Amino acid sequence: MATKANGKRAKSRSNLSFRGWRRENGRVGVRNHVVILPLDDLSNAACEAVANNIKGTLAIPHAYGRLQFGADLDLHFRTLIGTGSNPNVAAVVVIGIEDGWTGRVVDGIAKTGKPVTGFGIEGHGDIAIIAKASHKAKEYLQWASELDREECAIDDLWVSTKCGESDTTTGLASCPTVGNMYDKLIPKGIHGCFGETSEITGAEHIARSRAVNGKIGEKWMRVFEAYQREVIEAHKVDDLSESQPTKGNIAGGLTTIEEKALGNLEKIGRKCKYIEVLEPAETPAAGPGLYYMDTSSAAAECVTLMAAGGYVVHTFPTGQGNIIGNPIVPVIKISGNPKTVRTMGEHIDLDVSGILRRELTLDTAGDALIDMIVRTANGRLTAAETLGHREFSLTKLYRSA
Amino acid sequence: MPSPQFLVHSPKDNVGVIVVEGLASGTDMLGVITETDKTLKLKAKSSIPIGHKVALKALKKGDTVIKYGEDIGRMVADAEIGAHVHVHNLKTKRW
Repeated sequence: MATKANGKRAKSRSNLSFRGWRRENGRVGVRNHVVILPLDDLSNAACEAVANNIKGTLAIPHAYGRLQFGADLDLHFRTLIGTGSNPNVAAVVVIGIEDGWTGRVVDGIAKTGKPVTGFGIEGHGDIAIIAKASHKAKEYLQWASELDREECAIDDLWVSTKCGESDTTTGLASCPTVGNMYDKLIPKGIHGCFGETSEITGAEHIARSRAVNGKIGEKWMRVFEAYQREVIEAHKVDDLSESQPTKGNIAGGLTTIEEKALGNLEKIGRKCKYIEVLEPAETPAAGPGLYYMDTSSAAAECVTLMAAGGYVVHTFPTGQGNIIGNPIVPVIKISGNPKTVRTMGEHIDLDVSGILRRELTLDTAGDALIDMIVRTANGRLTAAETLGHREFSLTKLYRSA
Repeated sequence: MPSPQFLVHSPKDNVGVIVVEGLASGTDMLGVITETDKTLKLKAKSSIPIGHKVALKALKKGDTVIKYGEDIGRMVADAEIGAHVHVHNLKTKRW
């Protein structure tokens, strides 16, 4: 059952805090995963075998990692290293087909100071590597199981957002609820993040105007125009009317990409300005504030990139009922669609449909979301976590060599 | 105040959004403009699903549709006041 937003549980925002794990590099995580990370598709089987041997570790298989090159390979490494470096991860075992690229991922993650060891399969075979990696995974898991949470101020929290299976209720209720949360928590020093470049189409004049200054607004516009030119215009075969908006969007009443984009941008509230434009999976480095990340609008790809950027909690407004999760980041689902809350309530963490009935104000809904974020940070499992949603989807820029 | 059948983002908008399930054609509807809290009344000219749009005034082919106070596309067929506005009569101006 979704928690119905009524504001009763909302705490005063003056002394917000949560209990998380402070990692070696000072960043704070809200989960304590020991990850078994494949470098490439070939190493998924060994990683899953290790996770099966050592109960409580988490393998995150994926489809790529061979014969990639250039910017696409850079993004592959950045995403894997970012995932391992995320403070929701206590320690990492990396397994790859060979030692060279495996070592690159290990070295990248090791910069955080957390325990990480790599294993290459060639010259040994799966069975020997599974045995060695299982011993290391067991050591890491028992070590991590004794790490304690500590009280942390809210400004240690990095909260990202992306919406999915949007409809017109997301623009009226769940997206502005996230916006209200950002309007309240960004001034308190959290890191925020939004993205979905193609989905700003029709609202680019608004997105540009929400940059902290003209220079960042220009930078955003260059990213938007490049996506239009290199992705949409280069590959489209029709007017994209069933891809953006999607079939689900259309069933929910959204008609055009412009309408979808305007609803999408409700997630950044009324007051927030974004302070920098990030590459996909790039870690923010300009201090607290709201960031834009250049991502696609596909849910799993986008959340995977934001998690690799270092965000530890994700807020996900949905209208028609997108059920996505992520292996390392809790994804909080917010819906304002009463039919979705009724028919697929097990997927929804926060019900803000009262906004449509005018029983709930945005201010109260925003407080209820802040409360749900703090509870989630403190350990409450999200709907997606309990249902086993661990979608980990790497973004691929072009075909491999 | 009774719950509204439709909501409107901005006073500039010429469409609203149905927010109740099972709305029947002919229903006398109450609407609220969320930006100003102003209420308005409208008779539904078709059965419109929850989340779908209703014309707040007569819209002609070629008219720009305004929602959030912004351009969301153009009409490709006429819609009378109170009628359903969706993919059958509204199209993007992009791609």
